[in-house]
Amino acid sequence: MAELEGIYTIWLREMKRFVRYRSRILTSVVTPLLWLVIFGTGLGSAIRFGNVAGGYQAFIYPGIIGQTILFTAIFSGVSVIIDRQYGFLKEILVAPITRPSIVFGKAIGIGTAAVIQGVILLVLSFVVGVQMTPLIFIACTLLMIPISVGLAGVGLLIASFTDSMEGFNLIMSFVVLPMFLLSGALFPVSGLPMFLQAAVYLDPLTYGVDALRQIILGTGVIPLQISITVIMVFAAVMVFLSALMFTKKEQELM
Amino acid sequence: MNNSFDYIIETNDITKKYGDFTAVNSVNLKVPRNSVYGVLGPNGAGKTTLISMLCTILRPTSGGATVNGYDVVKNAREVRASIGIVFQSRALDDILTGREHLEMHASLYAVPSNVRQKRIDEVLDLIALGEKADEYTKTYSGGMKRRLEIGRGLVHHPKVLFLDEPTLGLDPQTRENIWEYITKLNQEEDITVLMTTHYMEEADQLCDEVAIINQGQIIKSDSPINLKRELKADTITVKVDKPELFTEKVKTLDYVQKVFEDDSTIKLMVERGENLVPPLVNFANQNGVMVESIELQHPNLEDVFISYTGTKITGGR
Repeated sequence: MAELEGIYTIWLREMKRFVRYRSRILTSVVTPLLWLVIFGTGLGSAIRFGNVAGGYQAFIYPGIIGQTILFTAIFSGVSVIIDRQYGFLKEILVAPITRPSIVFGKAIGIGTAAVIQGVILLVLSFVVGVQMTPLIFIACTLLMIPISVGLAGVGLLIASFTDSMEGFNLIMSFVVLPMFLLSGALFPVSGLPMFLQAAVYLDPLTYGVDALRQIILGTGVIPLQISITVIMVFAAVMVFLSALMFTKKEQELM
Repeated sequence: MNNSFDYIIETNDITKKYGDFTAVNSVNLKVPRNSVYGVLGPNGAGKTTLISMLCTILRPTSGGATVNGYDVVKNAREVRASIGIVFQSRALDDILTGREHLEMHASLYAVPSNVRQKRIDEVLDLIALGEKADEYTKTYSGGMKRRLEIGRGLVHHPKVLFLDEPTLGLDPQTRENIWEYITKLNQEEDITVLMTTHYMEEADQLCDEVAIINQGQIIKSDSPINLKRELKADTITVKVDKPELFTEKVKTLDYVQKVFEDDSTIKLMVERGENLVPPLVNFANQNGVMVESIELQHPNLEDVFISYTGTKITGGR
């Protein structure tokens, strides 16, 4: 009972932070819109993209939702480093609750924030002329939960290994951008050269983007049940690993 | 009386090493229940390391400790539930309000929900944040932040409150408010306060008992009064025109117990100093040394520290 309350408390703080940093919410909506409207329209008019109704803009729409979740979740997870620098992490870590509860609370809180941003993008589907039905809306929202929690887990895991924000650029170059570019958010993943193909299938976000695309546009390359399974396993493994690391490295984090 | 009940904190040769460096070296501390206990020493003496081990933040390299009867390594969780901590560095979230910090703390420490609101109101009353309680902590002054942190450490009614340099970096006015507050707290609540400090007056004024720590080791522990009494020494501070010569000569006098040089002033440890001022001035004149000023002081904790370590506490890094 105390553990559940601890998880709730940490989730609640994450939510308060999310709501109070208004500029962050604004950017998290404006950035994907720039991608969709400018990049989508621009590249869409330069290439012939026949395999999806609505063209290239519609094709990248699920990809951009995936990107928004990716950036929000990983960077919020990594923000534990800032908590650590401000000393606030100590206050949480010396409390009599288990380390896994702290990680669950964080992952669920960050996940909630990322899902909310995804939902805002679902509401804005008319911008790219994609039709949104209540069923698609609900299915996408549900699917975004494990994607967000898993990526939050990645962020938390990175944070447990990093002690300053100087590593931020490294995280950007070696984790976030590769995950985004390889996910098939911007191009179809079938018919790629072998080495790229392999990297694409190693990227957990590929399965998230492909599943979203199948639900929203009805086209995809990976069977939906496989994608969903991979995402669920990914989320469970990431949260488990970060809980393990927080338990093991407790002393170094304080 | 049962011994383990007299002492709320007991350490047993507790040691922390970082590679070859020993930050805390076989410390044995006994902190009486409901006392205000001070760990006094210069920066880098191992105060924070010691307190961190007692708070379960650091694991001892060897030795051990019990807090409120619980082992700090084996029963870390029970220890955490028994203590409140105010860290040396700030530990606030600037986008939460003061009240929210207390609420968050209350639920992390599983304060029963039926008394939670009452406790939070009590603490807010005590730390006198007024209307600021519902503003983000980034708008708080240094003193308000510190008061909030101390108040937060009390919400779950801990048995021991750890304060690591509670008044570091605060202005004198705020410092005195915090001192008053700690004294009041200790009188009104069933609580033991363990604080670290490098301010001598702070330890002198607040603590029932003081342990002097230097280079990771406890040099002496007793009540401030006993420490000073045991010194049996007044300090005569002299300023002369030829300090080297004077120091050399004055060492030969049998009523001078110890001599310390500090920049241009010379400190002499003597007994019953009030009788010794005229002979000292005469003695200087006989040796061709001009006394520019002479001052008599009864001992304070700073002198106690000097007599045990040979260095001053402030700036003695």
